[in-house]
Amino acid sequence: MAFTATLEQIDDVAKITLSGELDASTAGIFKEEIEKVSTENFKHLVLDMGDLEYMASAGLRVLIFAKQKMGSYVDIYVIKAQELVLDTLEKTGFDQSVIIQDDYPG
Amino acid sequence: MVIDRIDVHPTHTHTTPAGDTFKLRYGRPFPFGATLVPAGVNFSIFSSHATSCTLVLFKKHAPQPFAEIPFLNEFRIGNVFTMIVFDLDYENIEYGYRMDGPFNPQEGFWFDASKIVMDPYAKIIGGRDVWGVTPDWNDIYHHRARISIDDFDWESDRPLEIPDEDLVVYEMHVRSFTRHASSGVKHPGTYAAIRDKIPYLKELGVNCVELMPIYEFDEFENSRPNPTNPDETLLNYWGYSTVGFFAPKAGYAATGKLGMQVDELKTLIKELHKNGIEVILDVVFNHTAEGNERGPTISYRGIDNKTYYMLTPEGYYYNFSGTGNTLNCNNPIVRSMVLDCLRYWASEYHIDGFRFDLAAILSRDAWGAPLANPPLLETLAFDPILAKCKLIAEAWDAGGLYQVGSFPAFGRWAEWNGKYRDGIRKFLKGEPGLLGDTAQRIQGSPDLYAWGGRGPATSINFITCHDGLTLMDMVSYNGKHNEANGENNNDGNNDNDSWNCGWEGETDDFGINMLRRRQIKNAVSILMMSQGVPMILMGDEVGRTQYGNNNTYCHDNDLNWLNWELIEKNADLFKFFKHIIAFRNAHPVLRNRDHFRNHDYVGSGYADITWHGTQAWQADWSESSQVLAFMLCGKHAKGGTVEDNYIYVAINMHWQSLGFSIPGLPSGMQWHVFANTGANYPEDSFEPGTEPVLADQHNILLGDRSILILVGK
Repeated sequence: MAFTATLEQIDDVAKITLSGELDASTAGIFKEEIEKVSTENFKHLVLDMGDLEYMASAGLRVLIFAKQKMGSYVDIYVIKAQELVLDTLEKTGFDQSVIIQDDYPG
Repeated sequence: MVIDRIDVHPTHTHTTPAGDTFKLRYGRPFPFGATLVPAGVNFSIFSSHATSCTLVLFKKHAPQPFAEIPFLNEFRIGNVFTMIVFDLDYENIEYGYRMDGPFNPQEGFWFDASKIVMDPYAKIIGGRDVWGVTPDWNDIYHHRARISIDDFDWESDRPLEIPDEDLVVYEMHVRSFTRHASSGVKHPGTYAAIRDKIPYLKELGVNCVELMPIYEFDEFENSRPNPTNPDETLLNYWGYSTVGFFAPKAGYAATGKLGMQVDELKTLIKELHKNGIEVILDVVFNHTAEGNERGPTISYRGIDNKTYYMLTPEGYYYNFSGTGNTLNCNNPIVRSMVLDCLRYWASEYHIDGFRFDLAAILSRDAWGAPLANPPLLETLAFDPILAKCKLIAEAWDAGGLYQVGSFPAFGRWAEWNGKYRDGIRKFLKGEPGLLGDTAQRIQGSPDLYAWGGRGPATSINFITCHDGLTLMDMVSYNGKHNEANGENNNDGNNDNDSWNCGWEGETDDFGINMLRRRQIKNAVSILMMSQGVPMILMGDEVGRTQYGNNNTYCHDNDLNWLNWELIEKNADLFKFFKHIIAFRNAHPVLRNRDHFRNHDYVGSGYADITWHGTQAWQADWSESSQVLAFMLCGKHAKGGTVEDNYIYVAINMHWQSLGFSIPGLPSGMQWHVFANTGANYPEDSFEPGTEPVLADQHNILLGDRSILILVGK
């Protein structure tokens, strides 16, 4: 399945919906959306990973980039992550830098 | 107005035969390795004798390179080849080099441009991404350098800097710790799994883990079918044979196949630190995985053989490591690499300390002769980045250099105290004439270290380590049983100083099993009551056995894996270990920074340490005596700077029960029983703080081969 990253903005919340496989060949697409978000004043960034099937090192790099670029002022929510992706986030410790939830109440 | 820096723009191009054009620029010689710079990757590598160098680029896992880019003449400064390649998909590539130059092994030259060699500074190494997956032996490039992005979020973490004398070290093998099915973790045998087991380490009470080698190694180095068991492939399991010094072992990471081993390991270290546990790495700088003349060319041999290795005048490899070659550590270039490496691990991975395998080799010159002031050891001792790191030497090598007590310390280096291990083992098994030696070991070996102004924490005290028998085997076997290693029991140390307590191997004999358990408790009691830094071997706290095998370097199975069911099976041992470690942690008088002075310098009426026998105040130092007792004055704890309880330890290594008269305490204090290894579980030890008052404050009958520990308060 081709990778897509779709950005929505609702008030002070930015939501990026990811689908497909996030690897070195697609991470750039994700990073562009993160760059857009980082220039505006959002309170929360919600990453909907419900349709994300796989994440490689390059994808993790973008997440780390997002966390460090936005600093501690923006809470990052990872929602609906599938088992494989969740497992990767846990093993690499990124689960500690973000808020992992089933859903974002909105 | 912000103007683009002109030095981030390409100045040259290179077009490959396939028609791809790469944009290039003269690189920066420092740092060596592959480094991300604006819009590109800076490659820098040195070779003293290469005549030309070509960068070889692969897509990840691809069998053939997609590009080869020669370093132009103007891209070489001195002996360093350096260039920036722009617009590389750095997440997705692997790189290597072809080095051309003379091939003349007698002269020490092994250049062969038909081979692709790995960057010695590679920060991630692919090729053995998942543990135990048989490699493609026809691969033209086995160990593949990748580019690491040092973007880990450490938050407020930094190395813990626990004072040396307060450490309790737990030596473990990453895979062995959780590989056994009984571990119950999600990803057995990985860095991530250790993280899951941090509560266990905390319960045990250790505050430092020493990881057996985690620098990238090849578990398939010299792999072979086991001649005694055709179903088993013998591996380079322990990993004492480094492929790359800057890269973590990918096969130890659950995320190795995704290339995230760096993140996984850093996450483990961060989490250990959060729980007050330091991380020491066992580092192997004495040799590499390239072996001798018949070994593979992975990196160093093909880049700068004469620089990296100690060579005989005929061009053969010196073998002070017992493994084929010897890294030429006191060569200024190699010395710099070692320093760069340790600085990288200290600063980028927040490593708390290093234990140097066969460190005596690091004090030899290029021809193998020991140096009075080895520049490498001095450099490391005085380095500002390593200033707070623990530096621990295994102060001997396979070439016969034994430096326990005399390792060139420069005020910094601690030592694995081999004399502690050997002496205490002999004392435990009841050899006569060891009281003087034992007293020295218990005091932090002042006979070895005080003369050089080195404190007790110089001495890493241990009775067992990965080399040799486990503690359970030390009391269950008189000799080694290494048949499973496929070398007719010829490998491994013959001097085990072990005693089987009456039967070789496992037995149902109740009396023998009781004695073994007592001896285990005696061993850890002496270890934890000794000044210096105690180190325990993974699994000894639950009676792990290797069935008498004292050299399990090649087994990926139960001989090495920790069986977590032992926690229940040997609950008495586990509880004793927990208690005695907690007791040590609770009592600063056991963790002095300076040696005892053997007199009363705080006016308490007691010397800092006093010696006793079956009669209080009368130690029997005679050749035939097997009794030793000592008392530590709590007012002298940490040189009299903190107040602690009094501690009295009576050791009866005689085969008969003996009565002891106990020294009196200052008025108002009473002796309480913390441990008596001669008592039955669970009365053999108490949780610190809950020790019962000793019924008779003056006399006690101590069982045969038993240790009594009292606390006066």
